[in-house]
Amino acid sequence: MADRERRHTRPLGSVFVPHAEVLSKGDLSRALTRMAHEIVERNHGLANVVLVGLQTGGVPIAECLGELFLEIEGSAPPVGSLDVAFYRDDIGLRPVLPEASTEMPGDLTGKIVVLVDDVLYTGRTVRAALNALSDFGRAAQVQLAVVVDRGHRELPLRPDFVGKNLPTSREELVDVTLEGVALGHLESR
Amino acid sequence: MSSSAAGQHLLAIDDLGSEGIEELLEVAEAFGEVERRSVRKVPTLKGKVVASLFFEESTRTRLSFETAAKRLSADVLSLAVASSSVKKGESLRDTVETIEAMGIDAVVLRHKSAGAPHQVARWVNRARVINAGDGFHQHPTQALIDLFTVRQELSLRRGQQSERSGLSVFEGLNVLVVGDIRHSRVARSQIQAYALAGAIVTIASPGTLLPDDVSSWPVTVAENFEDALRSADIVSVLRMQEERGSGSFVPSLHEFTATFGMTEERSMLLKENALITHPGPMVRGVEIASRVADDERCLVRKQVANGVPIRMAALFLALSSPEEASRD
Repeated sequence: MADRERRHTRPLGSVFVPHAEVLSKGDLSRALTRMAHEIVERNHGLANVVLVGLQTGGVPIAECLGELFLEIEGSAPPVGSLDVAFYRDDIGLRPVLPEASTEMPGDLTGKIVVLVDDVLYTGRTVRAALNALSDFGRAAQVQLAVVVDRGHRELPLRPDFVGKNLPTSREELVDVTLEGVALGHLESR
Repeated sequence: MSSSAAGQHLLAIDDLGSEGIEELLEVAEAFGEVERRSVRKVPTLKGKVVASLFFEESTRTRLSFETAAKRLSADVLSLAVASSSVKKGESLRDTVETIEAMGIDAVVLRHKSAGAPHQVARWVNRARVINAGDGFHQHPTQALIDLFTVRQELSLRRGQQSERSGLSVFEGLNVLVVGDIRHSRVARSQIQAYALAGAIVTIASPGTLLPDDVSSWPVTVAENFEDALRSADIVSVLRMQEERGSGSFVPSLHEFTATFGMTEERSMLLKENALITHPGPMVRGVEIASRVADDERCLVRKQVANGVPIRMAALFLALSSPEEASRD
């Protein structure tokens, strides 16, 4: 969960208390390397591939994948970012999250879009992202890459590339940074 | 930062406070990106109904509010006062109650009487009210457009991204507001907004066009207009409001132009990097010379273009919830 989302999550100003380390920094980098290889394999290279990181947690992950592709294939696909705040179905239920920007590397028509996020949970963010993507052209394919799939889906969606399947309870919180993945909960200060 | 403007009526700038101003500018920045897309529409307010009630004539405010609502996929009802039951003598209260009974989510209101939007806000239960100009009192979205445009321009010059700069660009900025301040709701909103953002505000106008309660405003009155021009970073030129009888407050419009008009000669006194704003519509040759209006330091066209993202942000925030109910 990105810093910015944490600041907006109730109880406000609460701190993340980790219970267990799920992936160390080394584990995470190995998982991302494997995912990068899977993405290349599935798409027979990187021609036409565009990476789109979901604001805010998915953006650093997408950038990291972009660098890995440079090492693996010697070329990096374009990397964009997408803020789905305006496409959510729960306006009026959530506070607004400003600041995050949408930067799309051109028209997506005919491209293979790999959506990248840190955690896949209810699937509502991905649903919003799919709607948002259609405003940027008709992608040939959309694939989903997530670092952690924590279950509790509320929509019929599944990821194509997963770093780690992690069974969780709804009370828990998954924290993904480039330093590793931890499971914990929020506590008011 | 909690969402201070979310779920609230937007009636006057001082209700927003500096946090609310900053938040609204941030959200507008995000909507600015939507404006640059090929498909300039997002489904954010799908299913919401926005009514625009203009009891006074307007071109750009009405158009930009309605464009903003449509870009957000809201349904827009616009009440043409001239052909409505208002002409049959229906009171504002009854009009508003009719509208609320139909399940409207937001009312964009312009009225000739100061305080009308506040009154309407007390009458409605669920609808949010956005003030699009009330009498001489307030025109908050116009003031926000001015700050948004100035911030964009100054951030660009300093090589910063405007969405990252907060309100810091306004700190210590010399803002000079010139012209018919007495009859200007834009001036009242703008002066509050600039002052909250940390700018130093000076006003210059003929004595008769100064507001009576100016001593309680967060401004200094310029002793010498030319000196004030020399030290200004931003000059906000206001329109002479002939429809409100400004003409009778000065000996003649020509006299006003000669003493307080933004003439070409006066524009020479300005700092090299000063900026000029005008809320429009401009009356060329009265408060601003045509050459000055077309000068690249004059931001009028950019202000008009920024009307839509600011009003998208105003509608979006007013219809957002301050409380969080779910998370994923």
